[in-house]
Formats: sequence, structure tokens, C-alpha cells
Amino acid sequence: MNNFLMQLNQFRNNITESLAAIGRAALLLIQSLWFIPDSKKIISLLIKQIYQEGVLSLLIIVLSGLFIGMVIGLEGYNVLSGFGSESALGQMIALSILRELGPVVAALLFAGRAGSALTAEIGHMKTTEQLASMEMMGVDPLRRIIAPRLLAGFISLPILTMIFSVVGIWGGYLVGVRWLGVYEGSFWSNMQASVEFGEDVFNGIIKSLVFGFIVTWIAVFQGYDSKPTSLGISNATTKTVVFSSLAILAMDFILTALMFGDH
Amino acid sequence: MFKDHFVEIRHLSFKREDKLIFNDVDLTINRGKITAIMGPSGTGKTTLLKLIGGQLKPDQGEITIDGNNLSNISRTQLFKLRERIGMLFQSGALFSDLTVFENVAFPMREHTQLPNDIINDLVSMKLQAVGLRGAKDLMPSELSGGMARRVALARAIALDPDMIMYDEPFTGQDPITKGVLVKLIKLLNDSLNITSILVSHDVQETCSIADFIYLIANGKVIGSGTPSELMNNPSLQIRQFMQGLPDGPVPFHYPTQQSYHEAMLHHE
Amino acid sequence: MPQSKIIDISVGLFLLAGFIAFVVLALKISGLTSESWQNTYSVYARFENIGGLKTRSKVTIGGVTIGKVSDIQFDKERYQAIVTLDVFEDIDNLTTDTSAAILTAGLLGEKYIGLTPGADDTFLESGDIIEDTQSALILEEFIGRFLFKAVQKRNDSGNSSANNTSNANIDENN
Ligand SMILES: Nc1ncnc2c1ncn2[C@@H]1O[C@H](COP(=O)(O)OP(=O)(O)OP(=O)(O)O)[C@@H](O)[C@H]1O
Ligand SMILES: [Mg+2]
Repeated sequence: MNNFLMQLNQFRNNITESLAAIGRAALLLIQSLWFIPDSKKIISLLIKQIYQEGVLSLLIIVLSGLFIGMVIGLEGYNVLSGFGSESALGQMIALSILRELGPVVAALLFAGRAGSALTAEIGHMKTTEQLASMEMMGVDPLRRIIAPRLLAGFISLPILTMIFSVVGIWGGYLVGVRWLGVYEGSFWSNMQASVEFGEDVFNGIIKSLVFGFIVTWIAVFQGYDSKPTSLGISNATTKTVVFSSLAILAMDFILTALMFGDH
Repeated sequence: MFKDHFVEIRHLSFKREDKLIFNDVDLTINRGKITAIMGPSGTGKTTLLKLIGGQLKPDQGEITIDGNNLSNISRTQLFKLRERIGMLFQSGALFSDLTVFENVAFPMREHTQLPNDIINDLVSMKLQAVGLRGAKDLMPSELSGGMARRVALARAIALDPDMIMYDEPFTGQDPITKGVLVKLIKLLNDSLNITSILVSHDVQETCSIADFIYLIANGKVIGSGTPSELMNNPSLQIRQFMQGLPDGPVPFHYPTQQSYHEAMLHHE
Repeated sequence: MPQSKIIDISVGLFLLAGFIAFVVLALKISGLTSESWQNTYSVYARFENIGGLKTRSKVTIGGVTIGKVSDIQFDKERYQAIVTLDVFEDIDNLTTDTSAAILTAGLLGEKYIGLTPGADDTFLESGDIIEDTQSALILEEFIGRFLFKAVQKRNDSGNSSANNTSNANIDENN
């Protein structure tokens, strides 16, 4: 009985703590984006952050996109050739990558590559009092450190996702057309006939915008809110990857239902 | 309030977890003077500086800086106010991804529109003052602890602020450097009329430049006065600290659960 | 070259790569051309059975895309499907006796609408209804009917391919 009460109490504390964390995260977002540093400074800060979050994630994104496209090409060919409809391969590759795999896989990779790095970097700055000393210089770390990182994430992930999708479709083309001999004309024409720019490409980009927002937000918050110890940083990094991945998959379900649910 | 009081602390109480760090403390820092804060390790000197800098909020009481009551001003105003305050962190807290030069230039780049060549000259000057002009291209990870702290000092004085808080500037410095830093702090104070708060354990160095000293222990101000007043103070507590005696009313050990119980038993 | 220059340039290239990817997605992958932005007008068609027809399905004449299906509604009174066809504005000479059929690309492929213009000298306008329609071919129904007929007429030339059968079906109804 006592044990049960203790558990109940523990549970209540967990819920209160989670709610408080969400509140702090929202506050962080508002305070850092409310007053963005003046335009001249934000550009150079942004460039540096886009380099960190976007350019440095490019290699893993391109390689994963290529392999995933090739695998779908191969699997898709095996399934479709059973019905004699290999010509639909282009359409299958393009739709699955544009709508689902591109945004989701790119976001998961982004969370692992850029998100964890962001958390660790900010956590380290906090632990070594760099954030505190910046505050004491009258420079608001929310604007100077957090805001450019958030914006760079919002910008980088959609770009990475588009690159991922193009490379992935190209990978599928390599396997399907170049290797397995699907007729090139029907590969592209079927793809173009079924892929709708507004519906498929655009919705994919919207997804990646949402994911970019969520992942960078979580990453930056976990770093900023971490306990200023080595263990605190490592816990925060883990949380970033776990929470972002779950959030990406859950949001993907919701967005898919909203976007493509009615047919 | 008097115009010559730069910082006024009234009835300050502050708790960390269950530990009462400050219990109804009153403190005044005079404008243009060097005020030293001394006390045993772990009494809350760093905490006091953070309270003055507005990084921690007092549980009770008021802190006023140059007429601004910290509990009444907005976040933006607080940051504006901090531009006029320099702080040397105990850990140095240099930006680990910027060179020594860029660390010192950082506040200038953030708060002024100065052209690059002027910033160049200013940074060289500040680094010269702490004897590290030759180290300007090193990264913080390539500095020794004492060097890092001097760079941090150069950064704290970069904008010639109205007030500087030094958290143990002498720790980890060799005797020569120590002497130079003592002179530097005195010089900044005299020539630019900067208000200084100096936290230090080095009784001798501190007494040589401080205009006024506060001794804090166990959450209270246990003594205050000019260096000579304190040196000649008959109170056991104050003499123990000022003369570095191991035994006396100030306990050397951080209180443990056990010693607490023992004390309770003793009491009964 | 200084480090910061390299960063600036690589970020520039990164943004450029993103832009190129966007253009490729638009032109090469979704086949977006100036045609896709053409203005359209709507005509309606009633079908008994639309099979697997969906919104966004193509509308063609002689295999050339001239529009797409923008809406599918159910007419409660007549138990029929009402399909809205968005036809490109420059195809303004669809005769009033145009017929519409739901066709299949390949045996299991996408459903689309094929229009066959007639001989009237009046043309369909926005909001008009195509009267002459031909429902989707439901494979199961068709096979059932075919077998029934085969037994009835003792006609057994029943080894036609899928394409033949769908053509046969259209011919039969014409
Ligand atoms: N983040 C924190 N959370 C909880 N307690 C803390 C924290 N920081 C400091 N303390 C506690 O507050 C007390 C005062 O710490 P503070 O750093 O102000 O001491 P100090 O006087 O500067 O000591 P020193 O001379 O060694 O630097 C200490 O007992 C310490 O245990
Ligand atoms: Mg301290």
C-alpha cells in the first residue's frame, strides 16, 4: 500500500516535471525567436550554423538517400515484375520517397547527426559557464546562441530532405533502369504522370519543415536545460535522439493522415 | 539611497535546495572603490556575485545596482545593465570555440560598431595588460589554468565597464603575475574610477588594495571594515580567518550529516 | 583560403544544391510544365460505376492528357457517381455529344477517363454534363458476363488478352 502510494507520488512528480519541461521549452522558443539579433549579425551567425547543421550532415544524407533509393528500386522491381507492371517502378519509388521516406529518414538522420551535436555543444557551453559569462556580458545567449541554431535547423532540414529525395530517386533509377532494365521512358513518364507537385512534393517539403522545427527545438532545449555535468550532457544527448525520433514518427502519422488521408 | 552606493543589498536571503546560503544579509558596494568579499570556501561568495549579476533571483530581499532594483526591471533592461558590468568567472568561462583574441574581442563586437583595426588595437592593449599579447592566436584549450583566467580578465575589462566583479583573480597565478594583477586591478580602479568587487582568499594581496572588506560566513556578514580595522579586530572568528589559523570558531569541514548529529548530541 | 571563406562558399553551394533539388523535383520528377498551371474549366459526367477512379486521375483524348478529375460526388437520388473533370481552357471544342469512358492503363494500372468527341457542332461549356458515359470495366463482372455469354452462344473464342477484352467491351457498348 505504502509502495503503491510512493509509486503514485513518483508518477505525479514525473508528470509535473514533464509539464514543467514543456513550459520551459515553450518559453525558450518564444524568448529566443521574439527578438532575433539584428539582421547583419544574424546572417553571419546563420551561415556558420547552416554549415554546422546542414553542410556537415550532407554526406550521410546523400549516402543514405542513395542506398535507400537503390533498395526500393530492387524490392519494388521484384514485387512489380510479378504483375508485369515494372513500368510503375518509377511511380512507386518517387511516391514512397517523396511522401514518406525522404522526410522521415532525413529527419531521423538529422536528429542523430545535427540534433545530438547541438545538444552536446550547448550543454557543454552551459557546463563550462560560457552561457553564464555571455549573459554577464549583456549578450543574451537565447538570441546569440539559441536563435541562430533554431533558424539554421529550420532551413537546413528541408534542403537536406529535397537533396535526399532527388538522390534517392536517382538511386532507384540506377537500379531499376540501368541495372534491371526497366524501360527508361516509361520509368519517367509513369513517375511524372502520378507525382503531383502540389500534393506530393510540396507536402513532403511541409513535412520536412515541421520535422526540422521539432528536431532543432528539442535538441536546443535539451542542451539548454541539461544538468551542468558530463552525465547531464550525455543524458540530454540521448533524450534529444529518442524524443526527436518519437516526435518525428508521431508527427509523420498525423501529417500523413491530414494530407493524404482522404484518398 | 546615496549616490555613492553603486550596489545595495538589503535583507537578502537565498536558499539552495534546503541549504540557507544567505540569511538576511545587508551589503553596500561604494562607487569607485574596491570592495573585497572574503570568507571560507563554500560560503557563497560566487553565489553572491551571481545574485548581483541577476543570474540568480533572491528568495527575499532586494538588490539595487546603480539605482536599478533587479527585481523590478525587465529582461531587456537587465541585459542592458549588464553591458556596464564586467565579471571574471572563477572558472574563466572562455568561449572554447573562439581564439584568445576573439574571446577578448567578443564584447566589443557585440556591443560596439568599432571598425576592425580599432578592435585589433584595443584587444592587443587588453592582452598586453594581462601579459598575454603573444597568446592571442591560441585556443582556450591550449592555455594553462592561470593563463585562461588572465584572458578572462582581459575580456571582463574589454569594454571598460562601470563595475567589475573579480571572482578569485589571483588563484593559480605565480607570485609575479599576482603582483601584476594586483596593480592592474588597482590601476583600473583609480584611473577609470571603476567600482570593483573582489572575491579572494589571498588576505595579503586583498588587504593591500581593498578599500573595504566584508567577511561572510554561515550566511551572515561576520565582519566588515577597512583592512586595518579587520586586521586589528579582536573577534576570534575574524582573526581566525584573517590570520589563517586552522582552529577556531569557523569550521574547516563542510558539515556532514554525522557531525550534525554529533553537534545535536553535544547540545543535549 | 581562410576558414571562414570556405564555410561561406560551402554554405552557398549547399543552398544552391537545395535549389537545384527543388527544381529537379518540380520539373523532372513531378513533370511540372507550364501546362500544369493552365486554367481549366469544369464539365461533369455521371457514371454507374467508377471502379478505382480517383481525384487527380487523368482525363485524355486519344491518349493525350487534357485535364484531370478534380472531384467525385455521389448522387443520392440516382445512385450514380458525379465526376468533375477539369479540362484545359484551350481545349474548348469538345462537342456536346462527347462520350466519356473510364479506362485502365494496362491490366492492373491506373484508372483514367478517355473522352471521344462526337459530331455535333455545339461545344461543351463550363458546367455542362457529358451524357454519354461508359462505366469502368470491373474485371470480375466482365469475366462472369463473358462466361455466361460463352455458354449461351456456344461461342468459344475466349482466349483474348486483357487489352482485347477491354476494347471488346467498348465496341460492344458502342
Ligand atoms: N548549482 C548549485 N546547486 C546547489 N548548490 C550549489 C550550487 N552552486 C553552489 N552551491 C552551493 O552553494 C554554496 C556556495 O557556493 P559558492 O560557489 O557560492 O561558494 P564560494 O563561496 O564561491 O566558494 P569558493 O571560495 O570555494 O569559490 C556551496 O555550499 C555549494 O555547495
Ligand atoms: Mg566561488
